[in-house]
Amino acid sequence: MEETLTKYIPNIMNKLPVFYQSIEETFIMVGWSGAISFVIGLFLGIVITVTKPGNILQNRMIYHVLDKIVNFFRSIPFIILLAGLVPLTRMIMGTAIGVEGAIVPLVFGCTPFFTRQIETTLADVNPGLIEAAQSMGLSNIDIIIRVYLKESVAGIARATTITIISLIGLTAMAGAIGAGGLGDFAIRFGHQRNQPDVTYTTVVVLVIIVTVVQIIGNYVAKKNTH
Amino acid sequence: MIRFENVNKDFNTKGNTVHAVRNVNFEIDKGEIFGIIGFSGAGKSTLVRCINLLERPSSGKVYIGDEEITALSVKELRKHRKKIGMIFQQFNLFASRTVYQNVEFPLKGSGLTKEQKKQKVEKLLELVELKDKANAYPSSLSGGQKQRVAIARALANDPEILLSDESTSALDPKTTKSILDLLKKLNTQLGITIVVITHEMQVIKDICDRVAVMKDGEVVEYGDVFDIFANPTHKTTKEFVERTTNLCRVYDLIDENREIVRLKENQAILRFKYLERNISEALVSQLSRKFALDINIIFGNIEMIGDNPIGGLVSIVKGKSEDIDAAMQYLRDKNVGVEVILDGRNAN
Ligand SMILES: Nc1ncnc2c1ncn2[C@@H]1O[C@H](COP(=O)(O)OP(=O)(O)OP(=O)(O)O)[C@@H](O)[C@H]1O
Ligand SMILES: [Mg+2]
Repeated sequence: MEETLTKYIPNIMNKLPVFYQSIEETFIMVGWSGAISFVIGLFLGIVITVTKPGNILQNRMIYHVLDKIVNFFRSIPFIILLAGLVPLTRMIMGTAIGVEGAIVPLVFGCTPFFTRQIETTLADVNPGLIEAAQSMGLSNIDIIIRVYLKESVAGIARATTITIISLIGLTAMAGAIGAGGLGDFAIRFGHQRNQPDVTYTTVVVLVIIVTVVQIIGNYVAKKNTH
Repeated sequence: MIRFENVNKDFNTKGNTVHAVRNVNFEIDKGEIFGIIGFSGAGKSTLVRCINLLERPSSGKVYIGDEEITALSVKELRKHRKKIGMIFQQFNLFASRTVYQNVEFPLKGSGLTKEQKKQKVEKLLELVELKDKANAYPSSLSGGQKQRVAIARALANDPEILLSDESTSALDPKTTKSILDLLKKLNTQLGITIVVITHEMQVIKDICDRVAVMKDGEVVEYGDVFDIFANPTHKTTKEFVERTTNLCRVYDLIDENREIVRLKENQAILRFKYLERNISEALVSQLSRKFALDINIIFGNIEMIGDNPIGGLVSIVKGKSEDIDAAMQYLRDKNVGVEVILDGRNAN
């Protein structure tokens, strides 16, 4: 087994610890920035939805400001975010490089995307259900939790899946500026030192991760669709 | 029980104002089934939503009992809403919850224990005859079953009032009938006041005690269902009454110039309308005997509202011209409406 592997992917086999570490870094980056983006994105998605004119907490001002901010960040290419956010990242994390340095730009790159996904999902909740809940005397916070969120579990699972997958793509890009992780690994060895087996193996690992995420996402979505 | 006082509701959209409800004043009594009928856009939903303040009147007051609900604080209002159930055309069930969970939904915060909630939900499901569907999801139910779940849910907090906004409009006639029967049953068994919005006169006829007819935001006619039916005064009401009968099909025959309506000169097409309660005389045979007329009924529509027949006949009457006139006078004296639809006597 080991012999075969050494034969086909020699450059991976001779730096297995580095390889494993970059997988771990990818997980750390995706995990942290994903978790932070999930919380912020979910919150913003809800706020934008309920403050939209005609909805339960309509507030033109809040709606338009948030809407514009999300649009603004969504339209900035990630590679520019990476560079542009260096000062902010330094301020928050104390460093702008490595895994830690990548988390701030990843959150900025990912949250607006997730926010929009959440907003779209919540917009699918039939307004009739909100009306029914209101007619039963539910408070607004109850309507958000017991109607908007509860009815959207499947949609949120799908949105999360898509977001994690695109986040994995972003971490690979962040690798380009030395953030660590699989992207960094592939560029450093596969590209710069011309070790194609490194590139291929990295791609295979990424495909496996993405597939697993997709399968889990589909499962959760399906479980919650009635 | 529910009283509207000078209620107005305007909507401002993109510069122009829609007066959805204008100057509405009337009262719905405790324990009655009250119908609100009107064509699309008449303002029925808006008016009814002023009862639980899903829509806040632009001006005017709404009272429930002695309480002016338009003056309640947000918190008091929420408490009040629990006492007003509402059902909708599109059922509005929570797709992510089972039938049981849907019915249990409004009970959160009611202070009942889990066991009490269970008993309550089961009792409600029994009431709407859906006990066996407790663990089903709404997507697997038929329209009629969905509306039953919605009704059970609306009753969870023992409301005194049930608002029904076109609750049968998405259902076929047979299912409509069963839902209307259920509403009627709730009304008699629980004494709950029911407000029914509809655009079908049949619904009003089947279950309502009194009715308000709406047009362009105004209540144009209001009263006892039989009276409104027998003597519609407003054009809109007449249209609704007309629609529920097949009597107007005679006009189609005339338009198509069908054989049967090509009259000879001793014939006329007359329409008789029963206007009064307790008409139980054998009118047709009397006319035939007294005035030596041949009467050929081509359309008939007579229904019972309560214990009173209502409706009319369209018939081709054949006889001497003066006898036909005398017969018409006879009927008018008996307070039966007579309308000459086509007269062959002066055709030539
Ligand atoms: N939220 C709203 N914003 C603006 N206009 C509205 C709103 N709700 C209702 N309207 C307008 O008010 C009028 C009355 O509407 P309403 O829904 O009360 O009619 P309806 O009698 O219930 O009709 P339907 O039989 O179609 O349900 C309509 O012209 C409608 O367009
Ligand atoms: Mg309506």
